Amino acid sequence: MTDRSNLMIRRRIKNIVFTGFCWAVTALALIALATILWTLVGRGIGGINPDIFILATPAAGSHGGLANAIVGSIMMCAMGMVIALVIGILAGTWLAEYGKGTAYGSVVRFLNDVLLSAPSILVGLFVYEMLVAPFHGFSALAGAVALGLLATPVITRTTEDVLSLQPALLRESGVALGAPLSLVIREVLWRAARGGIITGGLLAFARISGETAPLLFTDLNNQFFEFNPTHQIANLPVVIYNFANGADEGLRQLAWVGALLIAVTVLGVTIVARFLTREQGRS
Amino acid sequence: MLSTLFEGLCFAAATALLAALGGLLVALTIGGWPAISKFGFGFLTSTTWNPVTDIYGAAGPIVGTLVTAAVALLLALPVAGGVAFFLTELCPAPLRRPIGTAVELLAGIPSIVYGMWGLFVFAPFFAKHVEVPLMTAAPSGSIWESLTIGIPNGSGILAASIILAIMILPFMAATLRDLLLSVPAAVRESAYGLGATTSEVVMSVTLPYVRTGAIGAVMLGLGRALGETMAVTFIIGNSHDFPTSMFASGSTIASTIANEFTEATSDVHLSALIALGLVLFVITFAVLALARLLLSRQEHRA
Repeated sequence: MTDRSNLMIRRRIKNIVFTGFCWAVTALALIALATILWTLVGRGIGGINPDIFILATPAAGSHGGLANAIVGSIMMCAMGMVIALVIGILAGTWLAEYGKGTAYGSVVRFLNDVLLSAPSILVGLFVYEMLVAPFHGFSALAGAVALGLLATPVITRTTEDVLSLQPALLRESGVALGAPLSLVIREVLWRAARGGIITGGLLAFARISGETAPLLFTDLNNQFFEFNPTHQIANLPVVIYNFANGADEGLRQLAWVGALLIAVTVLGVTIVARFLTREQGRS
Repeated sequence: MLSTLFEGLCFAAATALLAALGGLLVALTIGGWPAISKFGFGFLTSTTWNPVTDIYGAAGPIVGTLVTAAVALLLALPVAGGVAFFLTELCPAPLRRPIGTAVELLAGIPSIVYGMWGLFVFAPFFAKHVEVPLMTAAPSGSIWESLTIGIPNGSGILAASIILAIMILPFMAATLRDLLLSVPAAVRESAYGLGATTSEVVMSVTLPYVRTGAIGAVMLGLGRALGETMAVTFIIGNSHDFPTSMFASGSTIASTIANEFTEATSDVHLSALIALGLVLFVITFAVLALARLLLSRQEHRA
């Protein structure tokens, strides 16, 4: 009897230690992450003023804003997203509709998953070798291609996933009406899967909007306003990187503002994407 | 006709993805070849990285990469596990969704934000409250002392590992939670029904049930830590010496490339950096491929 109650007590103690550990590390993780957000808001919010959105990035010691970098980031992300949406949706469609069950399909799916988590710095080096070194110059276009390459696997994956979720009945009834499969895919399946594909696009956008490493080798930076994509264009992540590593207090303040802007964008876009998924799930 | 064209387009897009990955490998190999052929196998084993004399050996950055990623994983794994167990077994129902969402959102914060926080907030704190006390407490002549040698400025191998751990934590916690949620309710409930405690249910039933996938999730976290650039570049100190102490400055493959690429003047230097990229590609590809294999095996079982 005592043996048994001893065992009981030991199991209880073990359980208390275990659950205590889980509570403690969760609290620790949440505190660490809250501190990061708190710092970001605390240091960034004081520097926000209209000039941030009007003036170009300053030289050390002078007054300026982040407008050229904000415009540049939007331009490059937009161009990258166009590339990623076209290739990603088509590739995802092929995987879900044509390549299902084929050996080639499994290979593409597997390598797409690897590409999905491949270090972004390597994608930057690749685009450098392809588009920067041969043409002897950094350009926003090269930056956009690098960002597009990073976003494509995300969109491919989500497109394939949502298309696979559509009932076979949808395809069969379309084809039974005499429509070619390609028409059914474009007019019926894409439409049914629209919500999911938009979510994937938003998540991909959230991923590339803060990417810094690939831009260091493809676009770099520009202190002034520039709208020609074959030239270097300023962008938020590289501006943050340069300013944060510099010694000038004013520039560091701008770096915090930039970091806050990026974080708010990423969080906002992710929340919208999650909200859309939930709506989709409900309907 | 149009139908075939459309199918062809889709096929071409899928092949483009394949070509991108293949092109990545080819481009890195071609770009890195001058350095690889010049230094041969010594490129991997030599610790001399000297842009002045144009002699490059990558042992320092390679070991730096492996050590920081391994330490980060060691630190993040128990915490990520604890958070995942908390969310699946212990969390009060009304808090489950907010905390789960918070963890997922934090997984998406760009690394440059973590890097800035590491440089301006974490490093001073770490120097004052961890490095200095540990260094002064270390008895002279002990292993402890040699492990804590360095300048206590808050940056270095261990500091970078901790930032990496914080970065991969939300991602690993979210993946592990999703895996644990995929365990059929009947399996969990029958364990509870037999009188098992929470720790026994998690450790003997649900975690073993998703073991393969959990290993995959951990490897995905490792893959992230290996290739992470910006957060590490801010805080590792960027020295090419072979890392011998927890507080010493070091470098990783990614931080070396990010730091030196735009300043590389000689062709050999540039080529050595791209060869470093090739090494990183090989390491991460192996890790990620294994991770995906394990995860897909889990999916087929569940």
